[in-house]
Amino acid sequence: MARYAAPGQPDSPVTFKSRYDNFIGGEYVAPVKGQYFENPTPITGETFTEVARGTAEDVELALDAAHAAAPAWGKTSVAERAGILNKMADRIEANLEMIAIAESWENGKACRETLAADIPLAIDHLRYFAGAIRAQEGSLSQIDEDTVAYHFHEPLGVVGQIIPWNFPILMAIWKLAPALAAGNCVVLKPAEQTPASIHVLNELVGDLLPAGVLNIVNGFGVEAGKPLASNKRIRKIAFTGETTTGRLIMQYASENLIPVTLELGGKSPNVFFNDVAAQNDAFYDKSLEGFAMFALNQGEVCTCPSRALIQQEIYPEFLQDCVKRTEQIKQGHPLDTDTMIGAQASNDQLEKILSYIDIGRQEGAKILCGGERADLGGELSGGYYMQPTIFEGNNSMRVFQEEIFGPVVSVARFTDYDDAMKIANDTLYGLGAAVWSRDGNVAYRAGRDIQAGRVWVNNYHAYPAHAAFGGYKQSGVGRENHKMMLDHYQNTKNMLVSYSPNAQGFF
Amino acid sequence: MNDPEVVPEVPDSGTARVALTSAAARLLVKMTELHGPLMFHQSGGCCDGSSPMCYPDGDFKIGGSDVHLGDLTVEGLAPIGFYMSESQFGYWKHTHLTVDVVQGRGSGFSVEAPEGVRFMIRSRLFSDEESAALNGV
Repeated sequence: MARYAAPGQPDSPVTFKSRYDNFIGGEYVAPVKGQYFENPTPITGETFTEVARGTAEDVELALDAAHAAAPAWGKTSVAERAGILNKMADRIEANLEMIAIAESWENGKACRETLAADIPLAIDHLRYFAGAIRAQEGSLSQIDEDTVAYHFHEPLGVVGQIIPWNFPILMAIWKLAPALAAGNCVVLKPAEQTPASIHVLNELVGDLLPAGVLNIVNGFGVEAGKPLASNKRIRKIAFTGETTTGRLIMQYASENLIPVTLELGGKSPNVFFNDVAAQNDAFYDKSLEGFAMFALNQGEVCTCPSRALIQQEIYPEFLQDCVKRTEQIKQGHPLDTDTMIGAQASNDQLEKILSYIDIGRQEGAKILCGGERADLGGELSGGYYMQPTIFEGNNSMRVFQEEIFGPVVSVARFTDYDDAMKIANDTLYGLGAAVWSRDGNVAYRAGRDIQAGRVWVNNYHAYPAHAAFGGYKQSGVGRENHKMMLDHYQNTKNMLVSYSPNAQGFF
Repeated sequence: MNDPEVVPEVPDSGTARVALTSAAARLLVKMTELHGPLMFHQSGGCCDGSSPMCYPDGDFKIGGSDVHLGDLTVEGLAPIGFYMSESQFGYWKHTHLTVDVVQGRGSGFSVEAPEGVRFMIRSRLFSDEESAALNGV
């Protein structure tokens, strides 16, 4: 086991500044109203920096800078833009520990995950879109002998992006990489719960981009997010969050007639068919890990497998093994490399999880393990820790229908294939799902029958670039993590060209 | 841990379906001073999903897909409508909701976030009598 020192300690790979301003036009500038808010780490609950409390005035300055930069940036060669994205990736890779530890301190998640997943995925994502934009081609259609329709990809111009707090850096890169690759300028608003780590990243790579191409305005949703999302000067808004804010952003977008992409969460079913237990082998072990994936990132993942559906013949024994596996999850200091589950991102998040434990109990769901706030002692007593929790109940309970966004899984049994599909699809959402079976035919059919944008088969929580990610039903609009995302950040220009010297014959 | 004894509702602060704690009522007074008349829309989904979002009244466009659970009442303030999408209500209608406040900073566009606090829902199951009266089951 290794324990990273807390940021700011002499042997820590990262030191946060005591204050972060907004990043506008290539430099850090104080917020117009001069206000800042405190930013605590969920690991101890202690404030470690303060961050600009941006308002509409700052958003306008950022949009000024973005609009000033957009004409030139949109005309740079794809080679130049791809080169910049690759250089950003290289620098982040060379400073992986710095960014990963900053991210853990900011969000509370275990550094095992930021070192192995969040930041490496962010690096790869930049490289993927550097490659995708180089390889993208327009098209031409020969309409007739003398007429050709050319299709060009053109950037939208200036776009707004609102980033969630569960993967502050990875979700920022998921949105930034395609937007920048496509030649757009961005005004980005980080989540108010996790406003600082993106600035550690930006201080590392921000100079690679021309001034004004990327602008970061921190602040609260009502004070900075709304002026951005409702602004007449953006050509698109991207948001990851929840349904009410998603609807509000669509309403603002409708006033300006601009497109949106939304990722709004889910209540993802994790379906285990009888044959996973046919042998006690590596695959069985993998299935148990697949169940325990509900605790990844403390359950603060839009695709958290928070409904486990287990076929009745294997139900008692398989569930027992799942409980054992869950009890082996090591909770501890997020900067210990052995720690598997860290802190919830904020106190209100922890309180909300506990309110669901309460309603789950009232509804008659049985707690098989966990169910309480965890007090890890010492400095961690001030942090926001939750025991991994397994509920047993039925799909009509609220703990089966709402994204608790904590390390809480609700388990139910199903009788046969049709029953499994009925329960899996009995939800408002359709973001993630998984199917576990040794029978490829069953897994294939189930994967197609589940109404979700991402169905993992015999694995979970893998997020490689080049695999499209997005929701069915109320889980959102649009896809991320794939080259098709470029379309969400581009206009199609059709030039319809006549090569005929003769009049068209109407007048 | 969150039973009604610990989190008392303000009497007559709402309807049969939704009510307020005194802390929430006090915060609504302060928020009304800053933003004018208010409304709630209950969210779903990830991140701050499952949290009630408080907006200046009319900022969020209520539509045919929403259910009005009732108006919250705070002395001296205009009635504060509480809404939820009809589809979500289908899964929530067997529970009584109390709007409370906790320390912490939500995200989303809810008006209270800059105060360092967050509105939050406490829930309890309706009794059989309440269910029969409200939901016909």
